[in-house]
Amino acid sequence: MKQIHKILTVILLSLTCLNSLAAINIYQFDDPVKKERFYKLIDELRCTVCQNQTIAASNAGLAKDLRNKVYTMIQQGKTDEEIKTFMVERFTDFILYKPPVNNTTFLLWAGPVILMCIAFIFLLVNIRKRISNPAVEVDELEHERIQTLLAHEKENNND
Amino acid sequence: MKLRALLPLIGFLALVVLLAYGLTNDPKKIPSPLIGKAAPQFELPTVLRPGKKISNKDFQGKVALFNVWASWCGACRDEHPILVKYARQHKTTIYGLNYKDQRSEAIRWLKVFGNPYIASAYDVIGNTGIDWGVYGVPETFLVDKKGIIRFKQIGPITEKILYKEIHPLIQKLEKES
Repeated sequence: MKQIHKILTVILLSLTCLNSLAAINIYQFDDPVKKERFYKLIDELRCTVCQNQTIAASNAGLAKDLRNKVYTMIQQGKTDEEIKTFMVERFTDFILYKPPVNNTTFLLWAGPVILMCIAFIFLLVNIRKRISNPAVEVDELEHERIQTLLAHEKENNND
Repeated sequence: MKLRALLPLIGFLALVVLLAYGLTNDPKKIPSPLIGKAAPQFELPTVLRPGKKISNKDFQGKVALFNVWASWCGACRDEHPILVKYARQHKTTIYGLNYKDQRSEAIRWLKVFGNPYIASAYDVIGNTGIDWGVYGVPETFLVDKKGIIRFKQIGPITEKILYKEIHPLIQKLEKES
């Protein structure tokens, strides 16, 4: 049993390795900063064919082409901003995994905050209501009566 | 009190509307940011004659359809007869962009299924594709006389799209100077 477990682990681990190897060709960089920029950029760009993957993770042909494009642009000395602008001009903001704040994406960014504000206001109003209408007041006599009633109830239950 | 009882229903209806909107929107269709902008520059050899080059200068001054196709693309096969028929019926200028294909395969494809194109640019690396924002073949651009992209069809052209949307637009653009 343990043996099988071990073998399975090895197989699964090697599969994950294969996956990341397959997705990213080996790109040569003379400068480690460029390399870092490359891997950061391809992790921020969305593959437009397989939309839930970055171009770093995707095996689609287009993702590969876009990786090559990013690579060439970095080698040409283009800045990150220039590369992103290049992509957005062709594929819209959609290609950015982190979309910029503008008219169309405003709700996306502000939505959660707005919802939280509404919930908070709702909560405040409710708390205030409770403070201004406290539970029914009971005088001492009634309090005693309630106590005896409750005690009585308890006795009944115990029987 | 009555209004309160209706609140869940109102909430539910709002959710239904929101979800219905979301479901009818195809997330695969990314609106082209190039519409209204000048067609990206390119210069490529043609599929049939490697020595001859075509560029977007070739379709300047004309209303032109620029159809992205490939022999490996299944949906192109559905679309192709419609283009062939349209090219026969109308005088519209149709150019092709053969995208990431093998030349021999592309030539065979044109021989078997017909060639509606004046010429097809041979983009084996896919760089022109990237410049035009191509992410799914087939795609079709409509470029006006000034070289401005006016319409983009993502996915295969159907008869309905061609005759209800593209053809009227072509006729309108033909009248522009």
